[in-house]
Amino acid sequence: MQNMALKNTALKNMAQKTQAPLTDYLLRLGDNALVLGQRHAQLCGKAPALEEELALMNVGLDLFGQARNWLGYAAELMVADLVTDNIDADHLAFRRDAQDFRNLLITEQPNGDFADTIGRQFLFDAWHVHLLDGLAGSSDPRIAEVAAKSLKEATYHLRRSSEWVIRLGDGTEESHTRMQRALDNLWQFTGELLQVDEIDQAMIEAGIAPDPETIAARWKATVEEVLEEATLERPSYDAWMYTGGKVGHHTEHLGFLLAEMQYLPRAYPDATVW
Amino acid sequence: MRPSGNPPPAPVIDGPIDNRPIDNRPIDNRPTDNWPSSDLIGSDRRGLPPAGEKGDIDAVLAVLEQVPDPEVPVVSVVELGIVRDIDWVDDRLAVNVTPTYSGCPATEVIEQHIHEALVAAGYSDPLIQRRLSPAWTTDWLTDTGREKLRAYGIAPPVGSASKRSLTGQSDPVVPCPLCGSNTTERVSEFGSTACKALYRCRDCLEPFDYFKCL
Repeated sequence: MQNMALKNTALKNMAQKTQAPLTDYLLRLGDNALVLGQRHAQLCGKAPALEEELALMNVGLDLFGQARNWLGYAAELMVADLVTDNIDADHLAFRRDAQDFRNLLITEQPNGDFADTIGRQFLFDAWHVHLLDGLAGSSDPRIAEVAAKSLKEATYHLRRSSEWVIRLGDGTEESHTRMQRALDNLWQFTGELLQVDEIDQAMIEAGIAPDPETIAARWKATVEEVLEEATLERPSYDAWMYTGGKVGHHTEHLGFLLAEMQYLPRAYPDATVW
Repeated sequence: MRPSGNPPPAPVIDGPIDNRPIDNRPIDNRPTDNWPSSDLIGSDRRGLPPAGEKGDIDAVLAVLEQVPDPEVPVVSVVELGIVRDIDWVDDRLAVNVTPTYSGCPATEVIEQHIHEALVAAGYSDPLIQRRLSPAWTTDWLTDTGREKLRAYGIAPPVGSASKRSLTGQSDPVVPCPLCGSNTTERVSEFGSTACKALYRCRDCLEPFDYFKCL
């Protein structure tokens, strides 16, 4: 029996090794949307204005839907490759620990004040739309269709977050100060948006992910255009950057977010009606 | 949402299949002890003859035209443009449905309502499939759907879902659905649902939802 168990483990490990790049890449896409969506959900009932409450919840809902599409695909691959038993998107969302999450560090940063919330969203959206635009031409048809659908939604997200960055940056002295402060603080997490590691490289070579140089150039162009109109000072691209989210090394904020998000399904693991 | 406990009269389908009424009541309103009632679930007929005849598709469409969108109940799933394909797979009716938004919370409910309406109309075990591609666009809203939205107080999408309209490079003039004035302004990019923006009329001063281009 022990031998058989060992053999199964070896089989699973081997399968995981061959499957890891695409599965890992899907987890990155899904976890970005899930974690940022959860940050929005945390603002339910706490937004500064009724209209913003609606907008924040709608953006969060879009992100949850995208997360479900990405994680659903990741779960299917994991099952097909014998990496794990029968699981689905919910399992990946609610039964993994922080070190298994592959989201970018910027998505897990706290909501802070409204400038922090909007700044985080803008810096992410400006990257997300260009990434999704590229993924819509992916060699993987399933990725292409999820990206094409998500792109339409992300375009509205960017439109809204850009308008807010401009309104706050080019607003009152107080709003300008806060928006600049949020930008300066969040900037250290933007290096990871443009970072290319071996998993990204494998996806790019397979034609699954788009050319990172193009994404980086477009992200910079969008950020520069909006910040200039917002009369905000752009921090240096050469500043020291935090990385690690893509391989599961997170800031301390993610654990608290997951504890809240996962509480119910973990407390009642077999419940089908909550 | 309709007020509970007071469901509207169930519409009667006028089709060649049968004349069974469709239960359009909200799910939690349904009597649990006799749903689905035995004569409905007992319908083991193979539904319809194989696909290909126009009349068959029309009969299915007639059933689906009675299934309202749960969030904007004045338009049907057909008028909303989310029913993408109707076909028969080995004598089994297959309906392809596309979600409006990735995170639309009504997606499962809509699929369930479509399934129930078809079963009630005599189609045994219809297959409801979700399709993401091509992604839904407001261009698929039918003309009658648009008119019903307007009459309901929701301004229908203006123009086509071009890249310019998505990125906001061409802000449309959205006429007020209440007084018809063109002097309106956007209050927020997102309204009561992800598919709508919040507008305000500067003439009649009423706020209204705009079904934005996607």
